[in-house]
Amino acid sequence: MELTISIVTGFMILGALYAIHAKDLLSSVIACAIVGYSLVICFLLLKAPDLAIVQIVVDTITLIIMVAVVINSSREESYSKLDTQGYVSAITGILIIVILLYFFIVSIQTLDILGKSSLRMAKYYIEGAAQKTGSANLVTGVVFDFRGYDTMGEAIVLVTAVLGVLTILRLKGKK
Amino acid sequence: MTIIVKKTTQLIAGMVFMYGIYVIVHGHLTPGGGFAGGVIIAGSLILVTLAYGGDFLKLVKEETRTTIVESLATILVITIAVSGLLFGTKIFFNNFLPKGIVGHLVSAGVLPLYNIFVGTEVAASIFIIFLSLIIFKEESPK
Repeated sequence: MELTISIVTGFMILGALYAIHAKDLLSSVIACAIVGYSLVICFLLLKAPDLAIVQIVVDTITLIIMVAVVINSSREESYSKLDTQGYVSAITGILIIVILLYFFIVSIQTLDILGKSSLRMAKYYIEGAAQKTGSANLVTGVVFDFRGYDTMGEAIVLVTAVLGVLTILRLKGKK
Repeated sequence: MTIIVKKTTQLIAGMVFMYGIYVIVHGHLTPGGGFAGGVIIAGSLILVTLAYGGDFLKLVKEETRTTIVESLATILVITIAVSGLLFGTKIFFNNFLPKGIVGHLVSAGVLPLYNIFVGTEVAASIFIIFLSLIIFKEESPK
């Protein structure tokens, strides 16, 4: 299973690289959707069907909106030459990537294998959760019963995002 | 849109809507829950709007009504959370209705009510964002 996840992740990285360097904007928008759909396959391989359902629907809606925005524009990307500022930024970025990769390799050896957890709170949630919350789906029980505050915060963030969109996209009020 | 798209939308949009309601209501039994079902319902509403179009005044009226639905759903979520302070052990977010038998449709206390209201709110939010983008494009001077 780890081999399959690695292949799908490599596909995701290739799609993201193509999205940056494509000449046509419509091609790069569709390459962004490749990243989203490969993530759906990764979620299914890691046994998380709730996340896979949400990710596939949200990615489709985002793709529709992005294509609707791009398809009526000039569809070309404007290029600018690299100057000294660009070279300094690129070298700093590569240095930071190397340093963070080193710390990642050092710290990953102390963690458990992906998928197994040995934390105390995770044990308390998993044992007897069906009796404590009354629901057969453990994810819903954790999201709405044990961690209800986080769900309330997420719902309020969604309302705030809608308020922000409605405020910016109102032309009539500005006259 | 062409007549093939309109006929296909007529046949499919109702089924997608009912599937979204199924995913919301069975949130405590099968994978899914409030957020996933809400986005599926919004997807079916977007499908109907894209296929049939709509004149401008009707879209503005739809948007006004949908904002009312979204605000009411958020207020109801917080009302249920606060009403945990009145029953049983008096804490916020208390699961105070009887828990029932695991695996039945009417079980798990307050969880199905949370799922329904959060699902309605998510569906209304995504539909409002989509409608406001269309209204912005129609309103902007050519």
